[in-house]
Amino acid sequence: MKTTLASSPGMSPTSSVMQKRYGPSLARLLAGTLTRHGLLVAASFLMLYPLLWMLASSFKPEAIIFTDLSLIPPSFDFANYSEGWVALQQSFTVFFKNSILVAVLVVIGNVLSCSITAYAFARLEFRGRRIWFVVMLGTLMLPYHVTLIPQYVLFLKLGWIDTFLPLIVPKFLAADAFFIFLMVQFFRGIPRELDEAAVLDGCSPWRIYWKIMMPLSTPVLTTTAIFSFIWTWNDFLGPLVYLNDASNYTVPLALRSFMDSTGQSAWGQLFAMSVLAILPIFLFFLFFQRLIIEGVAHSGMKR
Amino acid sequence: MIGKSQTRSTVGTQPASERLSRSRAATRRDLIGYAFIAPWLIGFLCFSLGPVLVSLYLSFTKFDLLSPAVWIGSENYVRMFTQDPRFYQALKVTFTYMLWEVPLKLSFALMVAMVLDKAIRGGAFYRALFYIPSLLGGSVAIAVLWRQLFEGNGTVNQILMALFGYKGQGWISSPDTAIYTLVLLAVWQFGSPMIIFLAGLRQVPQDLYEAASMDGAGAFRKFYKITLPMLAPVIFFNMVLQIIEGFKAFTPAYVVSGGTGGPIDSTLFYTLYLYQEAFSYFRMGYASAMAWVLLIIIGIFTGISFLTSKYWVYYEDDPR
Repeated sequence: MKTTLASSPGMSPTSSVMQKRYGPSLARLLAGTLTRHGLLVAASFLMLYPLLWMLASSFKPEAIIFTDLSLIPPSFDFANYSEGWVALQQSFTVFFKNSILVAVLVVIGNVLSCSITAYAFARLEFRGRRIWFVVMLGTLMLPYHVTLIPQYVLFLKLGWIDTFLPLIVPKFLAADAFFIFLMVQFFRGIPRELDEAAVLDGCSPWRIYWKIMMPLSTPVLTTTAIFSFIWTWNDFLGPLVYLNDASNYTVPLALRSFMDSTGQSAWGQLFAMSVLAILPIFLFFLFFQRLIIEGVAHSGMKR
Repeated sequence: MIGKSQTRSTVGTQPASERLSRSRAATRRDLIGYAFIAPWLIGFLCFSLGPVLVSLYLSFTKFDLLSPAVWIGSENYVRMFTQDPRFYQALKVTFTYMLWEVPLKLSFALMVAMVLDKAIRGGAFYRALFYIPSLLGGSVAIAVLWRQLFEGNGTVNQILMALFGYKGQGWISSPDTAIYTLVLLAVWQFGSPMIIFLAGLRQVPQDLYEAASMDGAGAFRKFYKITLPMLAPVIFFNMVLQIIEGFKAFTPAYVVSGGTGGPIDSTLFYTLYLYQEAFSYFRMGYASAMAWVLLIIIGIFTGISFLTSKYWVYYEDDPR
């Protein structure tokens, strides 16, 4: 009751009348709402200022970047973008192609392999299922540092260093246990009657997985796809360890070497490329905001 | 389940042929099950279990990738704890970072979540805005930006100059302050714990607050007596999550310090030092030992959190 009162009267045309009738308590509520909004707007501005300033600076000429604090560039000059795009030996076309290729394959790998595994854990009966499920949860706790070096040695022996395979193949083998866990939770919520009916109709487990579970699970599959994409797109350590040749660089690696090579003399171009690097993630967020936030709320997803 | 118990109760009275077909069915079921988890199982053996064991073995060896690993017993561990000041420096940096970052981030997240919980107009909009830094914060692009912001003549100092006439130092180039720019970067990403807190706040029964108001409790009293205890499980969950994440922090330190952990090792995060040992100096054995020490430290922290949780975390359905 109280909360609806607090939020609605300020906007309604009868507020002055109501204020008289309710006296000071409504005025206090209104004042509370206003201060709260004031605080939130101030906080949002403070939070987003660095990002907005970076965006503005990507349009500013080099000379004024360090002195101009304004969020509105003098003119929308795309010179930083066109020059930054080709500032390194390889153009950013190559880096974006690499990043997209890796991210898309990781998304496909995670969605397929994790859902197959999760289906088995959620629905199939077989000996040792419980134990393997606990083991799978255990790998969630495992910090990647412990496996990094032996994995590197393994990939070195396989001759996969400086290819995308170390970044992609593990994902096709359900290496991201977190998503398995997420999907098992979801699958368990799907009514069992559906697949039991399908079994009576002579459906094989494979068909049940593919024709019944998968189509019913678009929310969790989308969440998996989105987070796989974002995490892979941002990933720095993996590419840093496994990719050497500049023509194989993903966007984060390219940004790093951009910063090192220009000796920080081309901040405008660097910012322009940084803006492009975070643009896909930002777009994902705009379109899938609700799913992303729900995903975080339900599972404490973090990176 | 039903099928299983039937099998058990009738198994003695069945004719042999039927028993055989039942066990065949069970084998078939097992085969199908393992066929479905096969990709994960192979991945688990190749990328988790195998590497963990190999890394334990390597931690007792001297190994530089070029020549085969040589067993040297506990030498790596002895050196780490007795002769390696950088190891202690890395621990110090990581713990300093977490000591600031975890409480600051969590209290900030809780504060904002409580403001947003009051069902105000545009709550979802603010929530989304506050989450944006969490989404982007781990990327190299943001680390690059951070490096510019906190430089000697960077934007932060320009703002300080314009507002207060204060001439700031180079925050990133000074060993006293470099780590705190990274703490700030982490606190800036308070969005995910905030969302988890919001979800937790929604679960607190509103009649508790109404009853407390009737009894004349003020806002602070309500916070200490209702919100905090009711939210304890969520705070606990967030804390464990943040501690584990804190140990893993790598990208910002690497990019801001240019991979060195400088100035004067003041941002030499544990993970960064581990990376240097492994991939700059190719001391893979030593780095493996470091990885195992980290695994044990994280294990201890998670263990302590869980063991102590029963004293301060209150679950509503707890029979206590």
